[in-house]
Amino acid sequence: MGANTAVARPRGPAGPASGEAPAPGRARRAPDDRKAAWLFLAPALLGFALFYAYPTVRGVYYSLTDYNLLAAPNFTGAENYQQLVTDDQFWNALKVTGYYVVVNIGSQTLLALLLAALMHRLTRSVVLRAMLLVPWLVPNVTVGLLWMWLLDTNLGFVNHILNTLGLGTTGFLSSPDWAMPSIAAVNAWAYTGYTALLLYAGMVQIPQYLYESASLDGAGEIRMFTRITLPLLRPVLALVLVVSLIGSFQIFDTIAVTTQGGPVGATRVIYFYIYEQAFTYFHMGYASAVAVVLALILGVLTAVQMRLLRASRSDLA
Amino acid sequence: MRSLRVRAGAALLCLAASASLVSCGGSDDTAADGTVTLDYWLWDDRQLPAYEDCAAAFHEDNPKIKIKITQTAWLQYWQNLTTQLVSGEAPDVWVNQTTYSPTYATGGQILDLQPLVERDDVDLSGYQPGLTEPWVKDGKRYGLPKDWDTVAVVYNTDMLEKQGVDAADLQNLTWNPTDGGTMEEVVARATVDTKGRNGLDPDFDKKHVAVYGYLPEWEDASQGQNGWGEFAAINGFQYLDKNPWGTEYRFDDPKLIETLDWYKHLIDKGYAPSLAQKSELGNTELLSAGKAAMTLAGSYSISSYTGQNARQDFDFAPLPTGPAGRKSAINGLSDAIWAGTPHKEEAWKWVKFLGSAECQDLVAERAVVFPALTSSTEKTLAAYRAKGEDVSVFTDAAAAKDGTFLLPITERGTEIGPIVQDAIQSAILGQTSTEEAMRTANDKVNALLE
Repeated sequence: MGANTAVARPRGPAGPASGEAPAPGRARRAPDDRKAAWLFLAPALLGFALFYAYPTVRGVYYSLTDYNLLAAPNFTGAENYQQLVTDDQFWNALKVTGYYVVVNIGSQTLLALLLAALMHRLTRSVVLRAMLLVPWLVPNVTVGLLWMWLLDTNLGFVNHILNTLGLGTTGFLSSPDWAMPSIAAVNAWAYTGYTALLLYAGMVQIPQYLYESASLDGAGEIRMFTRITLPLLRPVLALVLVVSLIGSFQIFDTIAVTTQGGPVGATRVIYFYIYEQAFTYFHMGYASAVAVVLALILGVLTAVQMRLLRASRSDLA
Repeated sequence: MRSLRVRAGAALLCLAASASLVSCGGSDDTAADGTVTLDYWLWDDRQLPAYEDCAAAFHEDNPKIKIKITQTAWLQYWQNLTTQLVSGEAPDVWVNQTTYSPTYATGGQILDLQPLVERDDVDLSGYQPGLTEPWVKDGKRYGLPKDWDTVAVVYNTDMLEKQGVDAADLQNLTWNPTDGGTMEEVVARATVDTKGRNGLDPDFDKKHVAVYGYLPEWEDASQGQNGWGEFAAINGFQYLDKNPWGTEYRFDDPKLIETLDWYKHLIDKGYAPSLAQKSELGNTELLSAGKAAMTLAGSYSISSYTGQNARQDFDFAPLPTGPAGRKSAINGLSDAIWAGTPHKEEAWKWVKFLGSAECQDLVAERAVVFPALTSSTEKTLAAYRAKGEDVSVFTDAAAAKDGTFLLPITERGTEIGPIVQDAIQSAILGQTSTEEAMRTANDKVNALLE
C-alpha cells in the first residue's frame, strides 16, 4: 500500500499535462504554479528516486550478477535466471505461496464479507467496529509469536482444549499438512477485521431505499445480499482483492517467526526463499533474480485485477 | 503496465534497502585525546556480563582503548554483521562461529592473525586440544579460541527416580542402533502414558503419552550437535573425508542411516514425539513443562536447566557408549578481527587479552561457558560448584581420550545445513526412505563443494 501511494502521487499533478490546462482566469500565473508544484513534489520524488527507483535498478542489475555481498559483483548475464528454471526449491516456493494465497484470501474474504454484511444489516455499533480492528493493529511478529504459543503441539492452549474434548493432538505448525493452512488461518485472523471494515464502508454507500423496496417486495436477507449487496459491492470488493492479494503474496513475518520455512519446505514461501538466499546464503544476485520474477508475477496479477476493477466501475453511478 | 511492474519491484526491494539502512552507525571512534573505541560483537546475552568484566579489566590496563560491546540475538547477528561488512562499518572484533566463519574468511573479511601470533610469540598450547584447528586454513589463522562446549544427557531426576532409575544407572549407558542398548531401556522406562504405565509395560498406550522419554532435535542443520550427530558418531559415523576443510561429505553412510532409523523406531514405539507433533517452542520448553524426561544438551545450555527459573529438577549424565566408543561433539567459538579495521593493533591487543588467562579466568568465575584455556576449566567447575551445580560430565567428556569429535567445518556450511536438515526431516516424516533422502542430499551437498 505504502509503495503504491508513494509512486502514484508524483505522477498525476507533476506530469506536463496538468500544467497545460490551467484553471480559467489564472493562465498568466501558470509558470509560477509549475515551479511551486515541483517544489512540493521534490521531497516525494527524491524519496521515490532514492528508495524505490534506485534500488529497483540496482536489484535488476544484481540479478544479472553473482553478487555475494562480500565481493564485488561479476556480470553473469542470464545465468541466475537459467538456474531458476531448474531450481526445485523455487518452484516449490511458488507452489506453496500460491496455496497460501488461495487459502488465506479465500477464507479471509468470505469471513470478512459475512462480518461486513452482519454489521451492515444488524448493528452500527462503533465499538464493535473498533474491536474488529484490534487484531490488525497487533504487529505481525507479535501475532506470529502469540499463535506459535497458542498452537504449540504439546504446550499450546488450542491443543489443550482439543485434547480435553477428546479430539487428539494436532501439530498445527509442525506437521507438513497442517503448517500452511494454520499460517493462512493465523493471518486471516489478523486481517479479516480490517478487510471487513473496508467492505462495510462499501456497503454503507449502497442506498438504503433499495433494501427498503426489496423488503416491501418480500425479499429475505439472503436474497437481498445476493441480489443487492454483492453486485453493488463489486468495485470495492475488487479493490480489496487487489490489495489483499498483493499483501498475501508477500507473506513473510509470520513464517519467519513460527516455522521458518519448515517442515521440509512446506512453508518456504517465495519471500522467505528470497530472504534465505540473500541473507543466509549471501546469494544476493540469485535472490535479486527471484525477486524480479516475483515482481513480474505480481505485475501481471495486478494488471488482470485492475482490468476487472475498471470493468465493474459504474454500477451505482 | 511498466509502472506497475516497477511498483511491485520497488515494494520488494525495499526489504533489502531497509535491511541495509539499519547499519548506519557512526565510525568516528578515535577521540581527540587519542582514545580508541573498539566495537566488539557477541550474541549470547548470558555471556555478556562475563565479557563486560573482561572489557573493564582491559580498559584498566589500556586506558587509551575503550571496548564497546554490542549484543545481538543469534537470529539477527549474522545478517547485521554482513550488512555492516558490506557498508564498511563492521565491528573491529566479533565472536565467530565455525559454520559462518569460512564465508567471511574466503571473502577476505577476517584478518590473518598468523603473522601477529608469530611476531608476539603467542603460546597456543594452553588451549583445549582441537580448538585452534577450525580457525586455520591454508596457513592463515582467522581467530583465537575463546571457549568450548560438549554435549551430555540431561534428564529429569524426579521422573527417572519414580521409574526406578537413579544417577548411578546413567553413568554407563550403552547404545547401538539395533536394540538401543540400555539407553533405549531407560528411555522406555521414562516414557509414561496418561494412565501412568511406562514404555516397558505391555499395556503401554503410545497414542496417549503424558511424558516422552526422549526428545529428538530435528532442527540441527548438517551437524546434529544436539542428538543425531552424537549417536551417529558413537556408531562410527564420520561427516567428512577430512575435518576441518574436507571436500566430501558422507551423509549417505549406513552408520548415519541406521542411527536415523533408530530415531524413527523410538517414534514408532511412542517414546519420542513424531516430527509432525514436535513443539515449535523447543525441547527446553517441553522439558521444563514436565512433558519429557530426557534429551541431549550442550554445555552452553546448562543454565536453562539449572538456573533459578528452572521448574523441574534436572541433572546431567554422560553420553552412552556406542559401538565406536563414547564421543561428544566439541565445538568452540573464536574472536575474529575485521580485515578492514582502522585499529588493527588495538584490536589484536584486545583479542590477545580475550584469549589470555586473565580474561578467561574472569569468564570462568561467571560460570556460563567453559573458557578455551584448560587452566581455566577447573575454575569454571569451581564456580559452578559454588552455585550448587555439578557439571563435570561436560569437562570429563572434553578430557577423555578420543572422547570428542569436531563438528564438520567446510566451505558453504550455511547452504549445506538446510539441505541436510530437510533431508533428515523428510526421512523421519516417512516422505522418502532414509537411504534415498540421505543419498540425494549428500549428492547435492558434494556438488556444492566441487
